[in-house]
Amino acid sequence: MLQLTGIKKRFGSIQVLHGVDLDVRAGEVHALLGENGAGKSTLMKILTGILKPSEGTITIEGETRHFANYDEAIEAGIGIVFQEFSLIPYLTAVENMFLAREIRGPFGLLDRKAMRKRAKEILARLEVNVPLDVPIAKLSVAEQQFVEIAKALSLNARILVLDEPTATLTPSEVEHLFKVMRELRKQGVAIIFISHHLEEIFEICDRITVLRDGEYVGDCLVSETDNDRLVEMMVGRRIENSFPEKPGPRPGAKVMLECEEVQLRKGGPISDFLLREGEILGFAGLVGSGRTETALAMLGAYPASRCKVMVDGEETRFKEPAEALAHGIGLLPESRKEQGLITSFSILQNISLNNYGKYRKGHWFIDLQKEREATQTAMGQVRVKAQGPMARVDTLSGGNQQKVVIARWLNHQMKVLIFDEPTRGIDVGAKAEIYQLMRAFTAQGYAIIMISSELPEVIGMSDRVCVFRQGGIVATLEGDAINAEEIMTHATTGRVRHVA
Amino acid sequence: MSHNATNTAEDGKQGGFSLRWVLHSPLALPLIGLIVVSILMGFASENFFSVGNIMNVLRQVSIVAILAVGMTFVILTGGIDLSVGAVMALSGTIAAGLMVNMGLPGWVGLLAGLGVGVGLGIFNGVMVAWGRMPAIIVTLATMGIARGLGLLYSGGYPISGIPSWISWFGIGRIGIVPVPVIAMVIVYALAWVLLQRTPFGRHVYAIGGNELAAKLSGVKTQMVKLTVYGISGLTSAFAALILTGRLMSGQPNAGVGFELDAIAAVVLGGTAIAGGRGLILGTLIGAVLLGILNNGLNLMGINPYLQDVIKGLIILLAIYIGREW
Repeated sequence: MLQLTGIKKRFGSIQVLHGVDLDVRAGEVHALLGENGAGKSTLMKILTGILKPSEGTITIEGETRHFANYDEAIEAGIGIVFQEFSLIPYLTAVENMFLAREIRGPFGLLDRKAMRKRAKEILARLEVNVPLDVPIAKLSVAEQQFVEIAKALSLNARILVLDEPTATLTPSEVEHLFKVMRELRKQGVAIIFISHHLEEIFEICDRITVLRDGEYVGDCLVSETDNDRLVEMMVGRRIENSFPEKPGPRPGAKVMLECEEVQLRKGGPISDFLLREGEILGFAGLVGSGRTETALAMLGAYPASRCKVMVDGEETRFKEPAEALAHGIGLLPESRKEQGLITSFSILQNISLNNYGKYRKGHWFIDLQKEREATQTAMGQVRVKAQGPMARVDTLSGGNQQKVVIARWLNHQMKVLIFDEPTRGIDVGAKAEIYQLMRAFTAQGYAIIMISSELPEVIGMSDRVCVFRQGGIVATLEGDAINAEEIMTHATTGRVRHVA
Repeated sequence: MSHNATNTAEDGKQGGFSLRWVLHSPLALPLIGLIVVSILMGFASENFFSVGNIMNVLRQVSIVAILAVGMTFVILTGGIDLSVGAVMALSGTIAAGLMVNMGLPGWVGLLAGLGVGVGLGIFNGVMVAWGRMPAIIVTLATMGIARGLGLLYSGGYPISGIPSWISWFGIGRIGIVPVPVIAMVIVYALAWVLLQRTPFGRHVYAIGGNELAAKLSGVKTQMVKLTVYGISGLTSAFAALILTGRLMSGQPNAGVGFELDAIAAVVLGGTAIAGGRGLILGTLIGAVLLGILNNGLNLMGINPYLQDVIKGLIILLAIYIGREW
């Protein structure tokens, strides 16, 4: 029914899809599987006309199609339910389903009866019962998803893409969704199902296509494969980056920080971990598995329902990152532009932002001379390449921007640094430099938590790895257990610890 | 996967120093505006450039200019304070009331007035920073509350009969320079030091530039916000001191609409309404520019109703020209 052949896509100089094939038949649920960054989302954006392929063809029922935009793809019978819903929270289900293509009655007024009737018919086809007259925001996530699916069907979608639909559902809601999917399959709709949870794929899917690093790895029938083989297909053999050598375990390294209990949401899983002097502790897991939230909760920047942290044998719960800073815990956030840098500031102002304590004059004032000297020293330590400390940070490359954020923490007596996706959007050379810096820090006695979605990075840098899934830590790996298969298995099938 | 293509602008060496630097300074536009308007007014009215008239203009702008100092701090953090005019009126009314009705010494009344201003400013700050409510709503409510309390306390009438020495703050002179002008200069100098030479000032800019980044790097964002609203309350009360001295009474109805003049001064001075960028000197230029417009249009004998229209159009034009800065 749907065939994608040899799809390639490049953004500037970076090739993200290297000739991907996807073949989906009517009346089947087809899993699209791959790690973070394997190219699944890009492929789906091409299918739905949001992005244009650099090469390759899309064929629907034997006819080659070129979609100029999203609307044309919908016209052709493709529907997609994104991970983040595109519903208007204050409108009702009916209003959302007919947004921008309302059925009109006399005088061009809304024909609310007709729309309601049509909405009911479609939801009946799904065999679900969704309240039609309350704002979408009042519905559960699962119900909102059904409305999204119904919206796609109301547009006569014959190919339905579900992008990680189960990520935010409870187990019973997932069951309900699967029932709906089976019903649609019976009616001949082709469903492309994206999920990281292997057991779900075995439960609901008929066939699987696996992508890795933008390459097509292969496809197979669900009935002819198993867990291990899928993980192997996803992970494959990869070219190792040049990571600095791991110094090996230090006997008797003291515990810098102990997280006794973190619970992100009420009723959610509870995690604990500890961090020793001079080690890099990797936080691995899929996007949305709670790695960043756990780190932020520790700093007091995420409202976790429980968070007990022991620093220097003293139990604390930080109310804001400033308190964590006072205890020597600092953060290199995930998104440089949104969370790391003040883009209207110079390099100097960005670095000195949180360490004026170091260079004051007459208690109240900034010692501009010392500030400049200290900044230049810090810039030298992390080797920021720029015209000078007064250059604006938004003129720097990604790697240099990242170094500026790192430099911010160098004038403190820090003990713990949290690096969240430290090399995202950074070129290979700068990556290697950042890895070197991290090892240089641990050699000085810092302890580092590194959150990363890139498996090679987690494996190459971490002394120990906590694997996250569904909001909690499912495994802590050490030594030889830190390998791609082990991490991916835990990240996709591990069991979280729930406490009443 | 993300990717970036920077490095492009890196080789663009800085061109000649002088003219480009001047034009790229955030003060360039406000200054050009000030000069242009002054010259126009000079042509229109021969009295305009007399020392007496200039001192008069500065004395007239001093109250709004001082309100605009607190407003600059608040706007730099990305907030707004609509309560400054009403807080000023309440502060002056209570100061006068304590002196006249309760017979307290003048300095006690003045200190109490300052306390009222700072207290309401801190109230605004707590509501914005910890209550997580939008500044525009919080300060709108405070505006109503302060105005209403002033009217309640005074019964709606001015309170006169305060010690005569207080008039010095409003109409006194040192040499040829009016006291309010000196007070204005001192307030601006202090504000400049705070913003440009202290960690607090950097944190103010950082919050306006990227509040989340500032918070995650360890800036006590809530405390900084509390302080800027406190400063705004303080400058409102300080303006009340000058106003009370000038009018020799506590006026519960004074300062209606002054918050808008103060905001206009800040924005005319080149401060971004979204925060993060702007200079206190720009606010001074903006306030003087507004004052010259008022004065000049008066000297030209233009219908006061029409004056409002002209001022509105000029503000719009100025913001339009300066929108990239």
